Amino acid sequence: MTALLEIRDLHAKAGDAEILQGIDLTIQPGEVHAIMGPNGSGKSTLAGVLSGRPSFEVTQGTVRYDGRDLLELEIEERAREGIFLAFQYPVEIPGITNNYFLKAALNAHRKHKGLEEFDAMDFMTLVREKMKIVEMPKDLMGRSINEGFSGGEKKRNEVLQMLLLEPRLAIMDETDSGLDIDALRVVATGANHLRGPERGMLVITHYQRLLDYIQPDFVHVLSEGKIVRSGGKELAHELEAKGYGWLEVEPPAEGAPA
Amino acid sequence: MSDLDQAQQRLLALHEAAQPSDGGDAVATLRREARAAFAEQGLPTTRMEEWRYTNLAPLARLDLAEPAQEPVDCPPPDVPAHVQFANGVRSEGAAALPAGVSIDGLGDGADLGQLAPAKEHPFVALNTAFLLDAARVRVEAGAQVDEPVRLDFATVGEVPRLCQPRVLLQAAPRSRATVVIDLRSATEQGGFLRNAVIETHVEDDAELRVVLLERSHPEDVVVTHFASRQGRNARLETHTVTLGGRLVRNDLSAVLAGEGAECRLLGLFLAAGDDVIDNHTLVDHAVPHGRSDELYKGVLAENGRGVFRGRVLVRPDAQKTDASQSNPNLLLHDGAEIDTKPQLEIHADDVRCSHGSAIGRLDPEALYYLRARGIDEPDARRLLTEGFAAEILAGLPVADLGESLGEHLRERLGALGS
Repeated sequence: MTALLEIRDLHAKAGDAEILQGIDLTIQPGEVHAIMGPNGSGKSTLAGVLSGRPSFEVTQGTVRYDGRDLLELEIEERAREGIFLAFQYPVEIPGITNNYFLKAALNAHRKHKGLEEFDAMDFMTLVREKMKIVEMPKDLMGRSINEGFSGGEKKRNEVLQMLLLEPRLAIMDETDSGLDIDALRVVATGANHLRGPERGMLVITHYQRLLDYIQPDFVHVLSEGKIVRSGGKELAHELEAKGYGWLEVEPPAEGAPA
Repeated sequence: MSDLDQAQQRLLALHEAAQPSDGGDAVATLRREARAAFAEQGLPTTRMEEWRYTNLAPLARLDLAEPAQEPVDCPPPDVPAHVQFANGVRSEGAAALPAGVSIDGLGDGADLGQLAPAKEHPFVALNTAFLLDAARVRVEAGAQVDEPVRLDFATVGEVPRLCQPRVLLQAAPRSRATVVIDLRSATEQGGFLRNAVIETHVEDDAELRVVLLERSHPEDVVVTHFASRQGRNARLETHTVTLGGRLVRNDLSAVLAGEGAECRLLGLFLAAGDDVIDNHTLVDHAVPHGRSDELYKGVLAENGRGVFRGRVLVRPDAQKTDASQSNPNLLLHDGAEIDTKPQLEIHADDVRCSHGSAIGRLDPEALYYLRARGIDEPDARRLLTEGFAAEILAGLPVADLGESLGEHLRERLGALGS
């Protein structure tokens, strides 16, 4: 079976700073992986590199997505091939309605798949159904993209996009940050809707809390640009109980610097 | 003799050939004096402060036929107009005028030139020297007119001509109305000179919205002079949308002559290809308690060039003035350029004034966000540019215009190089 995502010895820089220093990670279809780690450990950089954020430069290593070289693809090609990044900080864009944006995005995907583009009616029917899942207020569709949205509304909007575009690999970059428990539950419900045997998910978080709602198959701990420990979901609880400081004194994972 | 001197001589020769003569003695006098004023002033050069950033060389290269005298066939506007001019010659509009509004022709000409004196502006002089017809729009006292009054001025045909729209708007006390002035090119042929003069009186407690659309051929040279005067508690809103043109110069002035008057000046311009679009505005606060608010947004693409000069004058008596001005610009390509210069002249001490201009590029983070949702880079750039323009288009007081201009803008942006 071809792995959905296969990362080998990935190194990446932001400006002069080496952020990722040799990541190895494999995600099979159907698996949910969580990445945890302290601030500055490289979690968001990994998410950015996978989605093609222009400010990062890959200096070493390979990433294969469904057997193809991912790093060769443009940002929009990756998206249309099924990679979705839920942004940690969704961008506010004045003057373009959320409705117009989501329809353009969905139709870009449909066109890529050789499907007929949705008209306004088809689109509204579909989007209404998905909005219910994330309990999104209707008026947010007519407003400019994320402009004046609360923190919770922005994250719901990210998950709504994810539900509409039905990615094969969904990457959630600290989608839980700044959310109250209700919003967290809604976001997790949205994500769980997508779980399926064909799909993979990479859930990046600082806290174990989200993982009570989205139960991962594997948990990885990132520190200083490397995965220093991997385990099952119990690893998240262990981290929560002992704190990230625990990693400093425990023996490092195989291959990590002493 | 310089190129501009030669161009002036050619325009004067056109005047000889046309020998405009209708309209009675008063109009004949107006024309004669204006011709003399144009002969004396000549065409402005970049040595003049007001024209420092805009070189009229493209005008000097035009080969113009005399103004049309007979009605010509013209493709109708998208929405039927109340009065139509093709190459400056009137034909009756297809739409019936709403109650409370009248549109007359030149008349005795006595009320023309009060706000736009030929002696002070060479292009007003040129317009007045050829005066053959005009649209004098009057909104009756107290009339509340919901339906927009539409004036259509098209350039048509295969021979580039001098074409000079002339409009007088009078909003009588306590009236409320919206006027759309569509200055459009309806021909594949470029190289016209369109020189419009619009004088606007907004009398006490009246409210007038004026939408000025300039849709020109990329080879056209366009000059529009808009001068307004507002009475007590009068409100004026202008929406100036300029989409292209080889050289476009808009001079817009608003004099707040009555206490409590308020004006909002909104503008959107797109300069692409070799377009040059120059917006000069003046808000003159002459008396206390005036409010003005100005927002002009510029989109500069390819080798397009823009100029914005916004002058706000607060005279010594104009205490409690509240004035703001802003000119954000979006540069889409390296060859594009904008010269922006807000200018506050404040001679009163108890006022609130602010101004700002900005020049920016598309937000890379926003571009990344759209692309990360599968939208192609060119489409993402176009979307973000539309978003920048939306603030002005969405604010147009006539909904169908916002949509059709949005479409027009989308087409123009879609045709741009990357």
